[in-house]
Amino acid sequence: MARISGIDLPKNKRGVIGLTYIYGIGPSTAAKILDGAGISQDKKVSEWNDDELSTIRKAITDGITVEGELRSEKQLNIKRLMDIGCYRGLRHRKGLPVRGQRTRTNSRTRKGKRKTVAGKKKVTK
Amino acid sequence: MARSLKKGPFVDIKLEKKVLAQAESKKKAVIKTWSRRTMITPDFVGQTFAVHNGNKFIPVYVTENMVGHKLGEFAPTRVFKGHPIKKDK
Repeated sequence: MARISGIDLPKNKRGVIGLTYIYGIGPSTAAKILDGAGISQDKKVSEWNDDELSTIRKAITDGITVEGELRSEKQLNIKRLMDIGCYRGLRHRKGLPVRGQRTRTNSRTRKGKRKTVAGKKKVTK
Repeated sequence: MARSLKKGPFVDIKLEKKVLAQAESKKKAVIKTWSRRTMITPDFVGQTFAVHNGNKFIPVYVTENMVGHKLGEFAPTRVFKGHPIKKDK
């Protein structure tokens, strides 16, 4: 069982894919880690031996922030924006898109499910 | 796209002069400005600016966290007070 930074990696997947189950590691970071450790990207997670596992673990703890640490870092960055009262912070507070996207339509990811306001009655002929 | 590092941060020359003069004389007067595009540099910390939002001047007290943002980010240009409540006919 390969366990890295508090996450169980899937046994039957290729190494590059398995590493992306960790929050903060995407395909390119995973490839970089494996190349740096000199392990084939196609090797299954279950086929890693203890040495390989420890080198991967070391590369992750030394090189990048992952999981809880990364999440809290992200939260802090957002909190900073909200505290200084800049435009981006205000958008975060209101739960609207931050980077200037349109809000007349779409932007449902930020706004959440549609909240229908009782509209005009349709005129029937 | 981000600004080229070669150029350094953009600061309005006139405004920078004013800020530096005030920092030297230890005065704490409010600096009125229209230059929303000016990047806040470490020299600006502790000063109060009155930033124009197209209609009036919004007072902005600059703290350390604000360094690297533009002055305009702290003076919203739009007012949204919620949607009007429709009356039933």
